This record gives sequence, structure tokens and C-alpha cells, in this order.
Amino acid sequence: MSFETICSNIVKIMGEYWYIFLVKGVGITLLLSAITVAFGAILGSLFALAKMSRIPPLRWLVNIIVEVVRGTPILLQLYIGYFIVPQLLPFMEVSDFTSIAVALVINSAAYVSEIIRSGIQAVDRGQTEAARSLGLNGGQTMLRVVLPQAVKNILPALGNEFVTMIKETSLASTFYIGDLMTSYLAVKGRTYLALECQLIVGAIYFVLTFTLSKLIGLYERRLKSHD
Amino acid sequence: MTNSPKVMIETVNLHKSFGKLHVLQGVSNQIREGECVSIIGPSGGGKSTYLRCLNMLETPEEGQIFVEGVEITGKKVDINKHRQKMGMVFQLFNVFPHLTVKENVTMAPVLLKKKTRQEADEMAMSLLARVGLAEKADEHPGRLSGGQKQRLAIVRALAMEPDMMLFDEPTSALDPEMVGEVLNVIRDLLKSGMTTVIVTHEMGFAKEVSDRVLFMDKGVIAEEGSPAEIFGNPQNARTREFLSKVLY
Ligand SMILES: Nc1ncnc2c1ncn2[C@@H]1O[C@H](COP(=O)(O)OP(=O)(O)OP(=O)(O)O)[C@@H](O)[C@H]1O
Ligand SMILES: [Mg+2]
Repeated sequence: MSFETICSNIVKIMGEYWYIFLVKGVGITLLLSAITVAFGAILGSLFALAKMSRIPPLRWLVNIIVEVVRGTPILLQLYIGYFIVPQLLPFMEVSDFTSIAVALVINSAAYVSEIIRSGIQAVDRGQTEAARSLGLNGGQTMLRVVLPQAVKNILPALGNEFVTMIKETSLASTFYIGDLMTSYLAVKGRTYLALECQLIVGAIYFVLTFTLSKLIGLYERRLKSHD
Repeated sequence: MTNSPKVMIETVNLHKSFGKLHVLQGVSNQIREGECVSIIGPSGGGKSTYLRCLNMLETPEEGQIFVEGVEITGKKVDINKHRQKMGMVFQLFNVFPHLTVKENVTMAPVLLKKKTRQEADEMAMSLLARVGLAEKADEHPGRLSGGQKQRLAIVRALAMEPDMMLFDEPTSALDPEMVGEVLNVIRDLLKSGMTTVIVTHEMGFAKEVSDRVLFMDKGVIAEEGSPAEIFGNPQNARTREFLSKVLY
């Protein structure tokens, strides 16, 4: 197979299937990643609070969840989510997309909780002491002094989590939920041009993650220059 | 000090350990209203730990602390209320980098309902003007010099209108040319009669401004007296040794 044939095949495939790749595939991949990171951040914050809480059983519970999530393959977690989530909610129609999203959110929350916890603990202890010495209580200190500074550590890391999720959501194609990797499977099935489809999808993933990483880097530098 | 004004801070037999390290080994003292007390002594002697116990940033394992007659080491004390009355200034400034200079000053009084937003703003501007930081009011402290940051930290504490001020080596982290401007602000404050405890390595300053000097070593107050007594005629061998090292 010559280089020219590959190139002309790619052009042909894109001419015919651009919608499936660029609109449907990219759309669902970004949507799924965004949902995962957004809800993962919310759940992850709760996990982080639980980890730093003074109630030991709460800490243990969250630590167990986090360790199990980190110690098992994400594909396995998706399988479990795919089968279990509909059974946990028998009274409603749960789409495959929802089941997979729930599994991804829990997975992401486990990692994000660590990002948030370390972001909070990276804030200089002197800041807390200064706030407490003025008479602020623990909650006020967290809300007015620690968190606003922790956000600067947390946001870029959350951005990177988003980039990671764009790649990880490709595993969701195992369940044909319409993401970019599902587009690959669908178009390959129709055209039998595996390599060309792989190159197309690879290029799209790369452009997405590379652009996002650059944007995050830019944002990070702007935060730094503000200090 | 002879006609004994009221006792502002009293510590009775304070003990504090970090793990196996017994840092405070029974510290008792009284600090009276309007008094300026300096704490000097070799590194690791427990000066900072003692100062930080006074507003319970460190919790002593044993002993009692009374602030304006109330035992703050007691169980049911609202320590936040007492801390509002005890301004603290740290060696490394600890100004809030995410707030503007003015917000650094107004945040606590407004949040803790000591002042309305407008009152706090007005007071902040007049305090900042007093320490030469009025033009910086809307900047973030990241751009300030060390001396400016420390002046801001002092003003931030004063905005709570405290009854006493605690300083932990307020000039140790400063470039030499900035030490003077910070000491001047503290001198000014002392003129107003503020009750002050200051841990310092600036012996000249301690000698000049203190009513009383505490020499702390190995977790106890090894010697105390007027500046003339401590610097002119120290009785304790360890005081003499320490002073001979730092003065020459
Ligand atoms: N949070 C802490 N955890 C463990 N050890 C501590 C802690 N704070 C202080 N120490 C130790 O306690 C001892 C006394 O410390 P402290 O800071 O009170 O001394 P200092 O007299 O202020 O000394 P310096 O002049 O160096 O500031 C030191 O050995 C120090 O390492
Ligand atoms: Mg110290």
C-alpha cells in the first residue's frame, strides 16, 4: 500500500464520514469528558473533604474507594458500571451513556480528590496561621484564605485531568456509546480501511489534547504572573 | 510598671513538647497593660513556641494561660474571640497574596463584623497612609518589598483594634536596608502605649524600646530584667555567653 493511496483514502473517508468523526465523535468525546471532569470535581471535592475530616470512618471509607479505583483497570470499572448502574436504578430508563458516565465520574473523582487535597495542603501553613491569629474560625479560614489560593494549584491539574479523560473515554467505545473511538469502529466497519481510520482518529485526538494542553499551559502562566 | 496596671497575659508553668523534644519546660510570666516585653535568646530556645502559645497557635500540654483574666487554656473558651484582641506579626509576613493590600486589611474586621465595609475601608486607608502604603492600596502584595509586606502585616493586625500585639522576629527575614522602616512602625505603635511582646534578634532595638527583657534558653526563662540589667549587668552565665556572641 503506497503513501499516496493512504492519503487519497483518508481524503475520501473524510469527505464521506467527516460528520461522524468531527461532529458526532468529537462532540460526544468532549461531552463525556466534560461531564466526567465536572461531576468528578464535585464528587472529588466531597471525597477530599472526607479525607481531611476528623471522622475516622469517613476517611477510611473514602480511602478504600480511592485505593480500589486506583488499583483496578478503568475498563473493568466501565464494565461494572455498565451492568450495575441500571440495576441500582430499576425504576428509570438508564442509557448506556449514563451508566458509563457514572463509572467514569467515580473513577475521575478518586483521582481528583487527590488533586484537591494536595492543592489545599500546598497552601503555606503560615496563611492559615495568619488568618486564625486574626480571629477567623476554621471554616472562614478555609473559605476566604486557603481555598482561593488552592484553586490556583487545582485548576491547571483539573485541566490536565480533562486531557487525560479525553483519551480515557476512548475505552467507552467498547460499549458503542458514540464517542470518537466508536466513530472509528463504525467507519472502519463500513470501509474496511483500518489504518486510514486509525490515522484520522489519532490525528483528531492529538489535535484535541495538544491544543487543550497548550491552553492550560497559557492559563497557568497567567496565574503565575499574577502573584 | 511599679504601680502595677492590670495583667494582660499571664502564663503559669507552661509545658510544650514536639514529640520527644521538650521545648517549653515550665514558663511562667506576667505581662502588664502598656508594657513592652522583648524575648531574646539562642535559636531553638523556645521563644517562638512560647509566643505562639500565647494566642494558642500552639497548644501547651500543661500549664495555664490567662488573657485579660480569662483562662484561654480552659475547655469552653471561644479562642477566636480572644485572638481578635491579640494581633500577631510573623517572621515571614504571611500577607494574603490573593487579596489586594487594602483587602488584606479589611477582610477580618468586615468578616468578623467589627466594622461595616465602609468603616473598614476608611480605617484601612488611614492605617495604610500611616505606614506609607496608601498608594499601594489596590495592588496585590506580590509586588511589595519585604519591608512593605511586613508593614502591611502590622496594619492588618492593627485593623482588628487589638489590645495587645505579638511579634515573632518581625525583621529577621528582611534585607538590612528595610529593617529600619519596620522598626519605626513598631516604635510608633509603642508610643501609643500598646501592650507588646516581641521576639527579636535586634539587640539594639530590644534595649531601646523594652520595659522588660526575657532571656529564654532551653525552654525556660533563664533570666529577666530591665534592659539595663540584662544588657548592662547580666547575672546568668548563659545570658552573658549569649550576649557576648550577639553583641560583638
Ligand atoms: N511544629 C514543630 N514541630 C516540631 N518541632 C518544632 C516545631 N516548632 C518548633 N519546633 C522545635 O522546637 C524547638 C524550639 O523552637 P522555637 O521555634 O520555639 O525556637 P526559637 O527560640 O524561636 O528559635 P529561633 O531563634 O531559631 O526562632 C526547636 O528545636 C524547633 O526545631
Ligand atoms: Mg523563633
